[in-house]
Amino acid sequence: MKIKLTTQISLALLIARRRQTMVAAFGVTFSITMFITLLSFMAGLNDLLDNLILNRTPHVRLYNEILPSSIQPIARSTTYLDAYHFVRHVKPKNELLEIRNSEAIIKALKNDPNVRGIAPKNTVSIFYNVGAINLTGVINGIDVDAENRLFTFQNYVVQGETIDLKNTPNSIILGIGAARKMLAQIGDNIQITTSDGTRFPLKVVGFFQSGIEEIDKVQSYAALTTTQKILVKPASYITDIQIKLYDMTLAPILAKRYSMLFETEAIDIQTANAQFETGSSIRTLISYAVGITLLIVAGFGIYNILNMMIYEKMDSIAILKATGFSGRDLNAIFITIALTIGLVGGALGLIFGLGLSAVIGEIPFNTASLPTVETYPINYDLKFYLIGAAFSIITTYLAGYFPSKKASRIDPVDIIRGK
Amino acid sequence: MAKKVIEALGIGKSFHDPITVKVLTDVSFSINAGEFVSIVGKSGCGKSTLLYILSTMDTSYEGELFLDGITMKDKKDGELARVRNEKIGFVFQFHYLLNEFNNLQNVMLPGLKFGKFTANEIEHNAYEKLKVLGIEKEAMKYPNQLSGGQKQRVAIARALINEPLIIMGDEPTGNLDKKNSDVVFNIFKELAEEYHQSLLIVTHDLDFAANTQRTITMEDGKIIGTDLP
Repeated sequence: MKIKLTTQISLALLIARRRQTMVAAFGVTFSITMFITLLSFMAGLNDLLDNLILNRTPHVRLYNEILPSSIQPIARSTTYLDAYHFVRHVKPKNELLEIRNSEAIIKALKNDPNVRGIAPKNTVSIFYNVGAINLTGVINGIDVDAENRLFTFQNYVVQGETIDLKNTPNSIILGIGAARKMLAQIGDNIQITTSDGTRFPLKVVGFFQSGIEEIDKVQSYAALTTTQKILVKPASYITDIQIKLYDMTLAPILAKRYSMLFETEAIDIQTANAQFETGSSIRTLISYAVGITLLIVAGFGIYNILNMMIYEKMDSIAILKATGFSGRDLNAIFITIALTIGLVGGALGLIFGLGLSAVIGEIPFNTASLPTVETYPINYDLKFYLIGAAFSIITTYLAGYFPSKKASRIDPVDIIRGK
Repeated sequence: MAKKVIEALGIGKSFHDPITVKVLTDVSFSINAGEFVSIVGKSGCGKSTLLYILSTMDTSYEGELFLDGITMKDKKDGELARVRNEKIGFVFQFHYLLNEFNNLQNVMLPGLKFGKFTANEIEHNAYEKLKVLGIEKEAMKYPNQLSGGQKQRVAIARALINEPLIIMGDEPTGNLDKKNSDVVFNIFKELAEEYHQSLLIVTHDLDFAANTQRTITMEDGKIIGTDLP
């Protein structure tokens, strides 16, 4: 049958039941609006929380760890090949945490096409001297430019400029928690003590706030050269090489490869932060479940209204059949009605969903632990809109399927003879 | 000999619920092109059942039915719908006009379904049909704005739109008063005489039947006689 005729009849039936049609369409609109808003908000929140950690976590980190020898001498003995080895007497060597031959490794990594950037780092355990007491702390020696570029370091420096770390010799950006305890101001000089007892003065050039209080109480940042100076080490002394990749999913494979190639330990982001993935995926799952439940409820509304319409329009269906409309034509008419409700309601839902998420995105959201966030986070991912549109069409189609089938099966003789 | 538009050969039908009741037994007859035939009989004699079998809407019967020389046995739902659309025009006791469409659109619907002509041509034809039936002034009104007689005339116009082989009527005057019944009857007569339209009308109105060219009388599911006036 011609599509034009089908739509003409469908629209006439829709307009005849204007109010019910609007209620049904509104049901779809509401559910799609909530679906979009919920998912955008949830995804925004997920991104925010993940970025708290992930932004500052390298995709692959190369480091050395003090480990016992993985092959104990007894394993080399041919006599006890099948035996259980419980003699383990070779203890860890007194090794440095330094990555050996770091300059060559960095050079090799810079030529690797998978690598977006490298930030070398060394870590020093120290004590902050505050009057009579010492607070434990860690100073990360960083390459300021690389850190800014790869780990958005500047976003977490709440006071002062990161560039000062590079330009001022012997400077430090203090964790805000540590700074509060030490009553330190920008421009102050503080004293630190290294683990072997050396005292070292440092100038405070900024404060750092990560959003994770435990970190802010302990960690501070200094330039690589400063930490090397504190430790009295040469310019090649690096304990960590942080690698950002173009494709994060390659991290586990590349970590293994680098570990073999450079003879260091290597950990990938997926292993280091497995719990964030889990949290995000469960939150996403819940939002989808709620959104789809809303849509199914709206689908029942459409089902109901179509059923009512079919009972009401029995006579019309009978005469259409008597004058030559086949079961398939009537099926098409009622499916068109359902899909029209779905399309109109769904399209409005997408627009309202965008609007509502934009409104939520403007609501102020200030929290001490998240210095870079000022409003509620919203993720305007096109994916949600596509899923919403697809689901609105699928549910309305299913809601229309059974009533349409019923309409197509109505026997006109029963209706006409019943009069 | 004139062309047969409908031929029934040994049509029989039984209802099986709750017990088997034979409602039609070995009904055989034919209608020639241009004939105006009525079927009369008491209530429950099976005349309406017969009409619905002839109309192809009821497909569970025994025997053979030929429309325009083609057997209707073993045709699928979609094919039968097309046969009804193209070859049969219906007029029922109740008008069955769609209130969502105006009268002109109601007449046009089967034509649009047929799709033989463009929408403009169908609109023109529909208007012509309404003119023949003397209700062209009501074309733009909606069915619920018309009187019973006018509605029935719109329904007749709808039956005519695809120039059907035969018009079938199931008590088309059953709901109308004497005056309107006469109007409708005269329309049928005019269609038969001037336009050589074949008509098969089921009625229990004996006056109506007496004025048709041939009357088939039924009783207990059988044809008991054919009267030529």
